[in-house]
Amino acid sequence: MKATVTARRVLTQLRHDPRTIVMLLLVPTLLMTLLRFVFNDEHAFSRTAPALLGVFPFVIMFLVASVTTLRERTTATLERLMTMPMGKLDLILGYAIAFGAIAVVQVGIATVVSVLWLGLSVVGSVWTLLLIAVLDALLGMALGLFVSAFATSEFQAIQFMPLFVLPQFLLCGLLQPRERMGWLLEWLSDVMPLSYAVDALTRVTRSADFDGTLVRDLVVVAGCVVVALGLGAGTLRRQTA
Amino acid sequence: MANSVVTVTGLRVVRGGRDVLRGVGFEIPRGSVTGLLGPSGCGKTTLMRAVVGVQLVAEGTVEVLGRPAGHPALRSRVGYATQNPAVYADLTVAECLRYFAAVLGAPAADVDRVLTEVDLADRAGQLVGSLSGGQRGRASLAVALLGSPELLVLDEPTVGLDPVLREDLWDLFHRLAAAGTTLVVSSHVMDEAARCDRLLFLREGAVLADDTPDGLRAETGQADLEQAFLRLARAAA
Repeated sequence: MKATVTARRVLTQLRHDPRTIVMLLLVPTLLMTLLRFVFNDEHAFSRTAPALLGVFPFVIMFLVASVTTLRERTTATLERLMTMPMGKLDLILGYAIAFGAIAVVQVGIATVVSVLWLGLSVVGSVWTLLLIAVLDALLGMALGLFVSAFATSEFQAIQFMPLFVLPQFLLCGLLQPRERMGWLLEWLSDVMPLSYAVDALTRVTRSADFDGTLVRDLVVVAGCVVVALGLGAGTLRRQTA
Repeated sequence: MANSVVTVTGLRVVRGGRDVLRGVGFEIPRGSVTGLLGPSGCGKTTLMRAVVGVQLVAEGTVEVLGRPAGHPALRSRVGYATQNPAVYADLTVAECLRYFAAVLGAPAADVDRVLTEVDLADRAGQLVGSLSGGQRGRASLAVALLGSPELLVLDEPTVGLDPVLREDLWDLFHRLAAAGTTLVVSSHVMDEAARCDRLLFLREGAVLADDTPDGLRAETGQADLEQAFLRLARAAA
């Protein structure tokens, strides 16, 4: 109940900032379109596009979520909320619902445009593709909420993006198959949630089987979302020095 | 004091390796306006944060309405307005108040009531970010009034307001107190001291005086409260 109230508040805040809404909804689609013409070849596009369909929203939601919550933390509004009957998890869930709703629309537009106009061929179910991509965006959001706890300024929050997101991008198997990396990097890749997200996206575009590996990938990504949200709520403090 | 709403004993708070409050103790009776006065940096805000229960405390106890400060049961019974307005700049005044009212479980009609009380009814549809500093402060004060809390902790609520508005707010504070609300109001302006029922003079983290304005005048032999504060400060040094 307090979570839905908070979600509505976050969405109302965004509604007063139309430029941010337009960017949130269209930037991934724009990047997918750009990617399509970089390759200028549907086949090559279809090889890279599924992974990036997950990565772009992941990056954007990470940034937006970390900056928004940092703003709440550094202004007095968080302190005020913490003096009120507002559960920590309710607050974090409120953010999750609001950004989750945006992620669904954002990823939906990018997927529809990629499949219908950019020539992305999906052997598996488009719905599964959509589900995984939304989970990726939620993962970015949840990690962003969590790491914003460790940032004491906007400068730090922005730099957490390259620190937390780009290594996952480099190691997720998009640039180089994960099994061809050195053992240390492969192990790192194994513990990074984005690897499972990209693996799932690639699987669903190449095969119609909803097999055990795909289920494992989905469970890992969804599990990481839940853990990051829980940790994010855990970092909120009612009492400070 | 059986009727006290706030009871502070031996409160010590350390911030940045420095004692900000050094063994502070006092009681605040129900239905009064207590002024927390003292120069900037004397520990007013820290003391208020301790009463609201958001301040980590090194030693001592703070009891509010019969429970330890910050107790979950107190969260809808204590209203708090921070020195910096704690309102969302990218919401309208009404949207912002509706959100906090929903969080508090306050009736929806409360939004209009508090807007009238702080004289912002005509700004309800305006974005908080486009308000003047004084208006933003009043919007933040309005949030603290939501749900008619039994204890109101207001950190410099009248700062930057024109004299007429300041007068109106002090009238409001006394109306609330007459209706049974307990108010703790901080200020660094001594001319506001005379408007309080009780005064807590704070200096360098310690209570310099805890009395009624008349009591302080009688004790120091000074008609002017600023002079009374000076005399007490010199006597303590």
